[in-house]
Amino acid sequence: MVQIVVYALLAVAIIIPVLVGVAYLTYAERRVLAAMQMRKGPNVVGPFGLLQPIADGVKLLGKETIIPAGADMVLFIGAPILTFFLALSAWAVIPFDAKLVLADINVGILYLFAISSLGVYGIIIAGWASNSKYSFLGSLRSAAQMVSYEVSIGLVMITVLLCVGSLNLGKIIEAQREGWFVFRLFAPDGWAVGVPLLFPMAVVFFISALAETNRHPFDLPEGESELVGGFNTEYSSMSFALFFLGEYANMILLSAMTSILFLGGWLPPHDSVAFVPGFIWFALKIAAVLFVFLWVRAALPRYRYDQLMRIGWKFFLPVSLVWVVVVAAWQLFLMGPPA
Amino acid sequence: MKLKHLFLFEILRGLWLTFSYMFKRKVTLNYPYEKGPISPRFRGEHALRRYPNGEERCIACKLCEAICPAQAITIEAEPRPDGSRRTTRYDIDMTKCIYCGLCAEACPVDAIVEGPNFEFSTLTREELYYTKEKLLANGDRWEAQIASNLAADTPYR
Repeated sequence: MVQIVVYALLAVAIIIPVLVGVAYLTYAERRVLAAMQMRKGPNVVGPFGLLQPIADGVKLLGKETIIPAGADMVLFIGAPILTFFLALSAWAVIPFDAKLVLADINVGILYLFAISSLGVYGIIIAGWASNSKYSFLGSLRSAAQMVSYEVSIGLVMITVLLCVGSLNLGKIIEAQREGWFVFRLFAPDGWAVGVPLLFPMAVVFFISALAETNRHPFDLPEGESELVGGFNTEYSSMSFALFFLGEYANMILLSAMTSILFLGGWLPPHDSVAFVPGFIWFALKIAAVLFVFLWVRAALPRYRYDQLMRIGWKFFLPVSLVWVVVVAAWQLFLMGPPA
Repeated sequence: MKLKHLFLFEILRGLWLTFSYMFKRKVTLNYPYEKGPISPRFRGEHALRRYPNGEERCIACKLCEAICPAQAITIEAEPRPDGSRRTTRYDIDMTKCIYCGLCAEACPVDAIVEGPNFEFSTLTREELYYTKEKLLANGDRWEAQIASNLAADTPYR
């Protein structure tokens, strides 16, 4: 009984920072986009507009919940709850610091992969239950896109696992003590220079993460110019807010995954700054990756759907497949299998 | 060409461009606190002007009413006890007005003008049915700016 309460409190201690992070991610998105478009962005509500997300949230909750007459009630209401729930539950295995993790399970990365794959259900159910052509087309696009890019995400994860030898997220981070996997030069014994074996995989992972979270330039499921609002066209008020929170929480989650897999998670960039607590480094790394998410949005136009599929299936999939073989061979024949 | 694609060359260049723009000067006008410049010929909210001695300029010639393409102006007039011809009613339906400025052009005594004010939105439709009192009050309120705008435009009229 006591244990349940403790775990509930710990969960709240994770969920609340994540939700605050989501709120301020929307703020950061608007400010960064504005800056890159030579605008100022929200700067009226509170100092520097910092209370804008709260004002937005209150406005959203004050709206009327509209359930379309043709909608399947249960699924229509269930879908956003599912999306939101999945986006939060993935955080259970994220290590915030050396010992700071809610569930230190051995298959952490597999769990993350499973949860993010389930995310597609929330979207497809929403599109189906809305009983609207725009929602349905949006959800079909979204499902196809997420499934395609999950394949290459999975293969990228395998290359990382080949270098680490464990599925445990803490161990993956520990393995990056000698150098983060993005820049790490893998030098076999006796070689003067190494090869940045995982750098291309980091790029593939990041681009797949953009597609996985339906972010620009792969935001076709939303596609406001052709699909009104995509799978969430019929949603309003609280149910819309849940989708929104879920999507942004997923963005933060994938940034966290990027920093765990390639940027050394809570490891400080150098031993001289090791006095700063690990979770701050982790947060900074997440923020940096999120900044690139927003930056990419400001820079790139939306891809066409066939281009999106072509990159996913005809480029990322073969490249990452070949890379799995390359990394495996490299580890086995040149460096010896990881401990 | 293929290598350029492979190494995301153009995408990185695009990213660099947007990044460099991030630190450029912002062009945002903080609207309620800052306003853009407007021309002396700006056609904003209407006003009825007075002579310096306080006498209203309008002589009820009804040229503005006649020329108004939207028929937004309604005028009724009769001689005053002192014998001068003045309006008893001068209404502009601001919901009909198309802000063409023909009334101000038609006016022989520069009585009806379109002033520099463009912030007169209201919560109800009724508030946009301007009466003579409202228009004269506008004239009193904006006279300084209206006079200087008219003076600035005089060489071109």
